[in-house]
Amino acid sequence: MIAFCIILLIADSQFNIFSSARVYLNSIVSPIQYVADAPQKMFSAASESLTTRQVLMERNALLEKENLHLKADRLLLGELQKENEQLRELLNSKKQFKNKRMIAEVMSLRSDPFTHQVLIDKGALDGVYLDQPVINEKGVIGQVSQVGSTTSRVVLIVDASHGIPVRVQRNDAVAIVHGSGAWDKLTVPFVQSNADLKEGDVLVTSGLGGHFPAGYPVATISRFEYQEGELYANVTATPAAELDKSRYLLLLWNDDPLAGADLTLDSPE
Amino acid sequence: MSPFNSYKIIYFTFFICLVAAIFPLPVSLNAFRPEWMVLVIFYWIIALPHRVNIGHTFILGIMLDLLLGSTLGMHALLFSLLAYFTSINFQRFRNFTLFQTTLLMGVFVFVLKVSLYWIASSIQVIVLHQSYFWSIFTSMLIWPCFFVFMRFVRLQFKVS
Repeated sequence: MIAFCIILLIADSQFNIFSSARVYLNSIVSPIQYVADAPQKMFSAASESLTTRQVLMERNALLEKENLHLKADRLLLGELQKENEQLRELLNSKKQFKNKRMIAEVMSLRSDPFTHQVLIDKGALDGVYLDQPVINEKGVIGQVSQVGSTTSRVVLIVDASHGIPVRVQRNDAVAIVHGSGAWDKLTVPFVQSNADLKEGDVLVTSGLGGHFPAGYPVATISRFEYQEGELYANVTATPAAELDKSRYLLLLWNDDPLAGADLTLDSPE
Repeated sequence: MSPFNSYKIIYFTFFICLVAAIFPLPVSLNAFRPEWMVLVIFYWIIALPHRVNIGHTFILGIMLDLLLGSTLGMHALLFSLLAYFTSINFQRFRNFTLFQTTLLMGVFVFVLKVSLYWIASSIQVIVLHQSYFWSIFTSMLIWPCFFVFMRFVRLQFKVS
């Protein structure tokens, strides 16, 4: 039995044999997950239905105002998008901005204490796939690490095993952001001492890895330190999205990351 | 009570403990969650060693691995070892006082947590949080109440 367990451990960690079987295995245990999640769902549903009319009206007014602002922004966005498309056509480099997306709800269950994961209520039946990017309204959350038929696991960008290619929004310098294992800290390794990075710089996805679509905010740099004599600078960043507080996430379908990319190296003339 | 009905009760307690092991708690309280699975496995093996065996604990471990999203086999291995060690010593452990079993529980949970950390750190990059070992104390605190309650359940439903 012990030998069997050890074989199982090695098989799962080193060779990833169970990645396809995990879909079925995860579906077997998902009833337990639904049972454990049910009380909280019920409480939040109850508290939602018990709000007063006054609160609802205030909230409605607030949302309507916000909606108006967002719609106004969107008018401009449509115009900008058209302009961008025209400019890109002139440069012969088309780029797609529209992705299929889906809202998923976080099931706030306990996960493995050594890693940072969350469970979401969408799975293979909804078309979720492995390594799928996950964002919320503020920025990148992480990517799908395990898929079940109706639930899946998202490994967060702060997980110690997670890395994501980024670029600095200000000057397009590329870098990689690694998780640190703490909820609100990311590290940026291998940064030269003279690199043009400043505290407060916004890092956005560069799309280089092929998993994440380009242009979503990931983090802001919180500290840039270089000690004389060291090989690289010591850079840390704070995630843009509030990872431990978001309840609704967006799954993105990043069908073909290189579809719109201009792979030829010669100039457009 | 017939074996079938006994198993119904036993599996039901396993199910409750699995749910308790992943039940959502606030982040600040999460580290203080007792190791429900260790408690329930230990109790049933001392009480009914002919009903609950290593096979059961192995399945429970796999289920917990799947529920927590950790590497498959981590909890299964440790629960099987726990079950093995408990079942060869169950007659000795039965004669322990409640205080002694509480200390024993502390040792078990401590060994479990250390080995979990050791296995996890040998296969992936992980970060140990300071509050990781608090659940040893909560498990020890909850064990006497748990033990009395489970004995009540066992006698009430005549599980044998």
